[in-house]
Amino acid sequence: MIQIFAFYLFASVVIASGAFTILARNPVHSVLWLILAFFNAAGLMILIGAEFIAMLLVIVYVGAVAVLFLFVVMMLDIDFAELRGGFMKNLPLGLALAAVFLAELVFGIGAYRAGNIELGEHALNPARMGASNIQAVGELLYTRYVFLFEMAGLVLLVAMVGAIALTHRKRAGVRPQNIGSQVRRRPEEATRNMQPVVGEGVEL
Amino acid sequence: MNYALWFQLASPEIVLSIAGLLLLLIAAWSSDKSARLVSILTVAAFFGALALSLNFLLADGYAEGADAFYGQYRMDRFAALSKVLIFLSAIACVIVAPKFFARDGMMRAEYPILILFASVGMGLMVSAVDLLTLYIGLELQSLAAYVLASFLRSDDRSAEAGLKYFVLGALASGILLFGMSLLYGFTGTTSFIGIQTAFSDGVSTGALFGVVFVLSGLAFKISAVPFHMWTPDVYEGAPTPVTTFFATAPKVAALALTMRVAIEAFGGQQSVWQQIVIFVAMASILLGGVAAIGQTNIKRLLAYSSINNVGFMLIGLACGTPEGASAMMTYLIIYVAMTLGSFICVLDLNDREGRPVEDIPKLAGLSRTRPGLAAALAVFMFSLAGIPPLFGFWGKFVVFDAAVAAGLIPLAALGIAASVIGAFYYLKVIKVMYFDEPADVIAPSDSTARLALIAVSALFVSPLGYFATLALSPITEDAARALFWAA
Repeated sequence: MIQIFAFYLFASVVIASGAFTILARNPVHSVLWLILAFFNAAGLMILIGAEFIAMLLVIVYVGAVAVLFLFVVMMLDIDFAELRGGFMKNLPLGLALAAVFLAELVFGIGAYRAGNIELGEHALNPARMGASNIQAVGELLYTRYVFLFEMAGLVLLVAMVGAIALTHRKRAGVRPQNIGSQVRRRPEEATRNMQPVVGEGVEL
Repeated sequence: MNYALWFQLASPEIVLSIAGLLLLLIAAWSSDKSARLVSILTVAAFFGALALSLNFLLADGYAEGADAFYGQYRMDRFAALSKVLIFLSAIACVIVAPKFFARDGMMRAEYPILILFASVGMGLMVSAVDLLTLYIGLELQSLAAYVLASFLRSDDRSAEAGLKYFVLGALASGILLFGMSLLYGFTGTTSFIGIQTAFSDGVSTGALFGVVFVLSGLAFKISAVPFHMWTPDVYEGAPTPVTTFFATAPKVAALALTMRVAIEAFGGQQSVWQQIVIFVAMASILLGGVAAIGQTNIKRLLAYSSINNVGFMLIGLACGTPEGASAMMTYLIIYVAMTLGSFICVLDLNDREGRPVEDIPKLAGLSRTRPGLAAALAVFMFSLAGIPPLFGFWGKFVVFDAAVAAGLIPLAALGIAASVIGAFYYLKVIKVMYFDEPADVIAPSDSTARLALIAVSALFVSPLGYFATLALSPITEDAARALFWAA
């Protein structure tokens, strides 16, 4: 009973926050609604026992992607009113695309139900049936696929080195603060004793 | 589970990875001042990995090869031979780079390190017996290659080449991944042996789509027609040492990978992929020959030449026999020597202010101003054209011989006809160098390392190279046999 209640709670909040994401006038509010939608989708995932995907959704989508969106929305000077002006113009195209996606979905599920697609058999590991997703994925990742896991780490390292190699440069003409030299400075280097003569003005 | 043996089998990649991580620390602490030291240490690491691979190639104990990491990685003679070729070309590309980049003050420690990591990826590619290993190796190599292509970031052409390569490479990776997911979905496994077993009683339509998409993605990586469009632009725009690298090591890796995928994973259903390979081979030979005729930039010309050569090598694969695979490896060895030599010759073409010269008309009369260089370039061009006394002829000969033995006589005939077309543009370069009025733009060489590398590769492709066949043919035959061991 509580599961059915939780399902309808999460599902209706996902749909509502999804709708508010596109209806909200303020783009920052849109992103906040999107984050709410992600959280509730994570709740739905937990309900069907896919807790690993739920965590990924929160960590990756909320933690990284949505925050990135938020930064983009707040930092860039985009005129959203103008963007929204194109909404009515693009509406027929959007509806047509939505119809195509829906038709594909129905067709795909229908073809699969009709049993015309024979997918390969994949053996499930009976010993791991009771384990949680995270445990099962982790065990595979750090034992069977440990070599590939380390190599995937190298791929990320190369991406990082590449980004730095291509964009990092020493800028000429910038004068960063040098605290050491500021502290070392003596009064003699910074001040001069002058004897201004009356009526002659001051020399700077 | 025998981790000691597994680490030993994967030792070339492990040595290179650890060296790369340590050199990255040196580079981070002492910035670009250490570029020279890092280059020297990189070459040393490569020689270490080379020695390990040579041990696998020549020692008696590894005739059949062995699997590591739960059947995801295999070290056999085929992988070892490919690795030797890859590491040798990478060493040459590290050695020739500092002089080229020094002119712009752009020699940075990241260059040898990226080549090092790309070589780790290529080692994975040639040892891959699982789709996951294949993909991670390919991405590691490609990602480093995208950065290398735009390494001269102040140069617009280099940046353009990097961007173009990145976008098209990402597209190819997507195509490859799509094919791999179809294969996994319809066979239920990612290992090559598993796919072969699943294919033993016919290929379903879905899996057939997977095969086509995987082969398309790989055809992009070996720049075979119709997925070759990026090659001339990237080869022209990338800094010449990087182009030298692209034309040699990654080509070897991707071709070896294609062979392993076709013969081990799809080996049971040869008719499925054979027609694709035959079409790609024919199209590459024809387009590589015809499109090169109008080129005036020598790097573009060599790019089309590499497309053309890939076509000839694919004839060996199209045979689907151990003889074909052995012929392909022989061709690959000769191709690496010819390509390294000709690109290092291009690196040596500088005007009096040290700017690189890439226009073919400016080479006019090179035989009188730089007779040695002109002779070397002529040797490489004759060899690429496959003109008999030179070693390049031998590569074409064994490939056509295997094709005729496998009954692909029309393909062999077309290849021979197209190599005549190809000969035209190679000979045009020689004509410009030897018979035109001297343009006198090329300055004397300023690098003995380059001249030494040119001399070594010219000696290898000269008729003296035929003595090497005595040593090479047992090695290539062993490699081909290792490839067919599982099939």
